[in-house]
Amino acid sequence: MELYEYGVCELASLLKKGEVSSSQITRALLDRIETRDKDVGAFLYVDREGALKAADEADKARKDGRDEPLLGVPIAVKDNICTKGTKTTCASKMLEDFVPPYDATVVKRLKQAGAVIVGKTNMDEFAMGSSTENSAFKKTANPWDYGKVPGGSSGGSAACVAASEVPAALGSDTGGSIRQPASFCGAVGLKPTYGRISRYGLVAFASSLDQIGPFARNVQDVALLMNVMAGPDELDSTSAPGKEIYDLNSVKSGVRGLKIGLPKEYFGEGVSAEVKDTVYGAVKKLEKLGAVVEQTSLPYSGYALAAYYIISSAEASSNLARYDGIRYGHRAEKFDDLTDLYARSRSEGFGKEVKRRIMLGTYVLSAGYYDAYYKKALEVRTLIKNDFDRAFEKYDVLISPTSPTVAFGFGEKSDPLEMYLADILTVPVNIAGLPAVSVPCGLAGGLPVGLQIIGRPFDEKTLFKGADAVLQTAGKLRPEVR
Amino acid sequence: MDFEAVIGLEVHAELLTKSKIFCGCTTEFGGQPNTHCCPVCLGLPGTLPVLNRRTVEYTIMAGLALNCTISKFSKMDRKNYFYPDLPKAYQISQYDLPLCREGYVEIETEQGIKKIGIIRAHLEEDAGKLIHEESEGSSFVDYNRTGVPLIEIVSYPDMRTPEEARLYLTKLKSILEYTEVSDCKMQEGSLRVDTNISVRPKGSEEFGTKVELKNLSSFRAVYKALEYEFKRQSDAVGRGEKIAQETRRWDEAKGITIPMRSKEEAHDYRYFPEPDIVPIEVTDEWIEEIRKKIPELPHQKKERFVRDMDLPVYDAGVITADKALSDFFERCVGIYGNPKTISNWVMGEILRSMKESEIDSADIPISPEQLVRLQKLVDDSVISISMGKKVFDSMFKTGKDPEVIVKEEGLSQISDEDTLRAVILKVIDNNPKSVADYMGGKEKAIGFLVGQAMKETRGKANPQMVNELVREELNKINKN
Amino acid sequence: MEIDRQTVDHVAKLARLYLDEQSTEDLRGDLSQIVGYVAKLRELDTANVEQTAHVLPLRNVLREDTVKESMDREDVLANTSHKKNGFFEVPKIFD
Repeated sequence: MELYEYGVCELASLLKKGEVSSSQITRALLDRIETRDKDVGAFLYVDREGALKAADEADKARKDGRDEPLLGVPIAVKDNICTKGTKTTCASKMLEDFVPPYDATVVKRLKQAGAVIVGKTNMDEFAMGSSTENSAFKKTANPWDYGKVPGGSSGGSAACVAASEVPAALGSDTGGSIRQPASFCGAVGLKPTYGRISRYGLVAFASSLDQIGPFARNVQDVALLMNVMAGPDELDSTSAPGKEIYDLNSVKSGVRGLKIGLPKEYFGEGVSAEVKDTVYGAVKKLEKLGAVVEQTSLPYSGYALAAYYIISSAEASSNLARYDGIRYGHRAEKFDDLTDLYARSRSEGFGKEVKRRIMLGTYVLSAGYYDAYYKKALEVRTLIKNDFDRAFEKYDVLISPTSPTVAFGFGEKSDPLEMYLADILTVPVNIAGLPAVSVPCGLAGGLPVGLQIIGRPFDEKTLFKGADAVLQTAGKLRPEVR
Repeated sequence: MDFEAVIGLEVHAELLTKSKIFCGCTTEFGGQPNTHCCPVCLGLPGTLPVLNRRTVEYTIMAGLALNCTISKFSKMDRKNYFYPDLPKAYQISQYDLPLCREGYVEIETEQGIKKIGIIRAHLEEDAGKLIHEESEGSSFVDYNRTGVPLIEIVSYPDMRTPEEARLYLTKLKSILEYTEVSDCKMQEGSLRVDTNISVRPKGSEEFGTKVELKNLSSFRAVYKALEYEFKRQSDAVGRGEKIAQETRRWDEAKGITIPMRSKEEAHDYRYFPEPDIVPIEVTDEWIEEIRKKIPELPHQKKERFVRDMDLPVYDAGVITADKALSDFFERCVGIYGNPKTISNWVMGEILRSMKESEIDSADIPISPEQLVRLQKLVDDSVISISMGKKVFDSMFKTGKDPEVIVKEEGLSQISDEDTLRAVILKVIDNNPKSVADYMGGKEKAIGFLVGQAMKETRGKANPQMVNELVREELNKINKN
Repeated sequence: MEIDRQTVDHVAKLARLYLDEQSTEDLRGDLSQIVGYVAKLRELDTANVEQTAHVLPLRNVLREDTVKESMDREDVLANTSHKKNGFFEVPKIFD
């Protein structure tokens, strides 16, 4: 087996046993990235020098007897998470040259745990998109089929994990941006409960919805990364108090007695037959393993997407107002006066989708429209959350397809609304602040199908059990090496 | 037609916390530009605000001192607009659920005590500072001040004259200083005032068109601007013209108000609840805890001065209206004991000197210890009381100790009987007319002779002694 | 749901976005379509429903009033070339 095929826990184990050094692993992965990423294009920036240096230091530290959980393990980070001294661009011309003077809290914690940060991955600009086609800099292809999108907005992170360029990567999820690309690329992707992982250092898109989360090729790796990253942060007022350390072994404890609800609204007309069949197939296998499955209903589901686009665009329009080129970021060279400088800098720096969302967000917050849209959306949010609360009185988890389809082709969804509908199964989870994981459950037409498991607030532990069971039934899922 | 003004005031005061409202940067005034900043107050991508507990407590404390109702449930909101001094392009403020509501302040007008209502007092963050240099084609931004906590206090439009506005401001400043939540220094920007004024025919209940006034850098400017604007609006309405609803800038040099360009378009602030800050729940316990911490307020101190120190109501009122002044007074009384004596100094020489040199009570160049020692010199008859006043003036100008001044200028009182008697005899010799007047029944003549003796000794003679000795000598003459 | 040109211009101004003719028209179409979709929320009667602005029931997350070291000015100004004498430089602002 090649070094690049191992997962995080496996590498940590090899390193601990001294069977391999971090420098060896890192070198192997950097080589793999060099060959593979030409086609996949997952990385915006590979920090070869920095990674090798960190690997070397990790090896030295291990010789000194240190044994942090990720010591010497290479990880990739989505380029909307601030890394001190390294460009963090959010795949936008607006931040093309921005170098943060500080590390995001998750990056700090990864470094404290000894991780080797290999590079920054491609994404939809400012995390707005579902295909990574909105990156201002490059195209990322789905490792399973280079003519298909990897999903978005964390397409780069999903792709590099699926292509075995790194064992794990960080993404961010506001409306499905971890789960949907995980689904398209055949990786495991977790959006934790809102507040589980500090948002300090995550370039804000929609503050009440954003969460950072891990991608990996198996569930134990995801649990290990959660152990390192999760927990309260005094720099984030919305980070939840209390810390839970997951017992990695309990991930394998199976699904006997697990009460599973299948919300019928998530298996409706808009979902492709092949996706539905693959997901049902996996659910049946869970039943055989002792889970109890029942159909249920979340009546307000149909309104979640509308509420999501109002809330996320409104918050985004405010969060992105700071990009004016005065203190950092793109600044126009030709302008008439101050107001014009702002307008030109922003128009030149932002891509089409970002501008669209800013316009929508500004509109729904503006005088005369606030009550009808934003206030309304916050009320509908309560209704959606209540739906889930009621469901979780009966069920331990809810299962659905992650995305209505498998990965689509480049340029296929040219209509903005059509693209937004790709998120229809993932956004309700962000609205309610719940944890959800996408795990590959099979192939349809040669492309991965993702199964989404939604859990109670802070019940990632149960998600892990369910996800692992599904993964075991899915068989070996790795894109053909080309 | 007789018009009356309808005036409202909006006051922003910087809260005296050590660190900023959402980050740990210092709130210290001054400092080299952009040296009191961090990723949070600069609004760098990915940063988040964390609320400073003391800012909430100070806001509640001020609200309590202003007789407000404290909201049990409160939250922060985003006020969105673009300006170079606002790094996030939104100000975290409070919109519909401010911490404090429905308070009042009492002012003493010539017609008696009037209650000025306060609509709300809320917590928010300050913006940075813009410097405009005439010669340069650019403006410059310093973000040291971004994130300094502010309390914004909005009054009801209850004031009817510029004088009432001035009284309200004075009272408000005094209360804020007493609670120690702000040092209220307008010259340092820790107290800012905006006002709005409309006019209407006297007796009318309708409101006229409101005009906002900005760029008021002192209470005097507020007064003058309102005075000017009242006339401008009254004249205009008198001529049948419409008042434009606008924001006008007070031009101190020209003494007029001019419409402000940048405020032409009404702002749509698109307020929405701040997602990065969770709501604030204020319990009764917390309110009581804070209430207990409120230092003695001006009216309480005034009552205490009258009751315990037997000060006249007027004097107590003057002294307690100004926190630094009453602190000074109390420290003196603490050392010396007799409040009336100290009050004489404060009401007399201190206030006079402050006025003449245009100094704030916070900047009195004499220490309480020095004043008390000066009084002791008088008590010990080292100098006379009138000489004491001269020493005071010197002390005020130079800051030197009273003993040093007395020594340097050789001002010790002459209390030696023989020396004085010699001088008096000389004076009596030189002024036969006065002596004759006194003999003839004119009591006043003694005063003249005493005065001459004081003049002879260049004011250094012990006046009581001189008085006694002059009488003695005159009586001797009489007997002869 | 049709959004008119005037509204697009107004929103663009509020958002400080410069839009040329084509972009304005494109956005007008996009917004009309999207707003038309999200307007479906108005079907719901939410008269007795509370707003959820924060999903977590957190309250009073406060920090102590302690001073921490600020950034080096060099770092503060590092991400722009428009600076002078320790200040950020912007086009002249007229009041």
